[in-house]
Amino acid sequence: MTADAQAQQIHASLKGVTRVYPGAAGNKPVHALGPVDLDLRRGEFFAVVGPSGCGKSTLLEVLAGLQPASAGTVMFEDRSVSGEVPDGIGVVFQEDASFPWLTVWDNAAFGLRRSGVDDAEIRRRVDDALAFMGLKDFARAYPSQLSGGMRQRVCIARTLVLQPRLILLDEPFGALDAQTRLLMGDEVLRLWRRTGATVLLITHALDEAAMLSDRIGAMSARPGRFLDVVVTGWPRERDSKIVSEAAFGEITGRLWDNLRGESMKSLGYAGMAAE
Amino acid sequence: MSKVGWIRLAVIVLAIGLLEVCCRTKLINPKVVIPPSEMADALVQMLISGQVNGQIARTFGIVLLAAAISIVAGFAIGVVIHAIPRVRQALDPFFATYYAVPIFIFYPVMIVIFGLSIMPIVLMGVATAVVAMIIATLNGLDRIPRVLTKVARVHRMGTVSTALRLKLPAAAPHLFTGVKLVVSYAFIGVIASEFILAPAGLGRVIADAYSDFNNRRMYAMMLLLVIVATAVNMLLHVFDQRWAERRGIGKS
Repeated sequence: MTADAQAQQIHASLKGVTRVYPGAAGNKPVHALGPVDLDLRRGEFFAVVGPSGCGKSTLLEVLAGLQPASAGTVMFEDRSVSGEVPDGIGVVFQEDASFPWLTVWDNAAFGLRRSGVDDAEIRRRVDDALAFMGLKDFARAYPSQLSGGMRQRVCIARTLVLQPRLILLDEPFGALDAQTRLLMGDEVLRLWRRTGATVLLITHALDEAAMLSDRIGAMSARPGRFLDVVVTGWPRERDSKIVSEAAFGEITGRLWDNLRGESMKSLGYAGMAAE
Repeated sequence: MSKVGWIRLAVIVLAIGLLEVCCRTKLINPKVVIPPSEMADALVQMLISGQVNGQIARTFGIVLLAAAISIVAGFAIGVVIHAIPRVRQALDPFFATYYAVPIFIFYPVMIVIFGLSIMPIVLMGVATAVVAMIIATLNGLDRIPRVLTKVARVHRMGTVSTALRLKLPAAAPHLFTGVKLVVSYAFIGVIASEFILAPAGLGRVIADAYSDFNNRRMYAMMLLLVIVATAVNMLLHVFDQRWAERRGIGKS
């Protein structure tokens, strides 16, 4: 592949990105992230794992344009990201971000109505997204009438209707039980295959990252840097059944080798981490 | 009507029936409390004769005005205080102790400033109610999930659009609690002020009837106030309940 072709394959990138939070009321500034370099290839599924507080969510928010980088450059589709979320990026957050005052249907249609899409197109896209996410029968329900997993699917549907080319998932299944997480993982894989979008998943669950991703970046304790990038080698057509494959255990094992010491550091077990 | 609703109604009917029996059998001195049926009869007669209709309109008009001012001003002040944390820190103890101060002591001052117009009564109603709305607004704004701000930015919404389309609906249940309190406090503030010093209004009518030993008139007006205040609060409660159920907040 030529250098030009390779460059075309880069969908979003971070180059030397750091994020330092100013210290409040005389406290020292907090160096939360980086420097970090990351190239996301068009259409790939990339997961980021790392110990708690290592700056995973900060990385996602900097890439989305929700936070400014303190240093370095952030690019999406060859344009610099700064100040606002570029068109074409969709974000699903860990917290329940459904709007309790709107029905499932209206939740999903929220972004489209704002962007001036005509009514017929809104109906088509929302109905399609709800059917795809298995929410068709709950279109007139309110989020309070749904389970946590279903509410998260509402948020995914709200993102999906906007047809984003880069989908950023910030621990979207963090609050769900293990079985639901596996099934939601299948949903996300279906979504990824169907949309052809590039997906960046932030997660603390190594098994989730190993099951879903083409590549996994393992981050150090704060300030987060990439220690290793693991290529899973999974076929594009995959689902949660791959958790029973031998390679799955090898991937999670390698991730844990990278992260064990870092997790201990982040929890303050510095001595044990050195052993 | 739900089972709980029927039980509630039965309790009210039973209490009224018991009072009626006690008055009729003179267990309660009828010179002190007249039977509820007589109160109702006196009220109907007074409404038909139209002798107090002007006073009724005046009082409920003032309550409405005081409530409206309190809701608008309380919300606006709450938003401003919420936006300036230092001001809030300074004012928090004041809000916490506000209702410990008998606000009616300021009524004579208002008379001196505004004279015997409706203004002092309106201001007493506002003074009694507005802080409830400020506190409800602060609570509502505090409880807006932070993630909604991020969602707004993902959708590239401006400040006004975020406030109107996301923050306001998210804070609405708390704001509505404030509205309910404002209505109750406005009733209390206005009626009590009229009762103490005002030259007109339902509070004045009750006070005069009390001075004249006119029990029929006094109890009829008290009954009217109880009916209206309860009906308004019930209406607001039912609306709030339906809204809360829809949003999954549950029955209170």
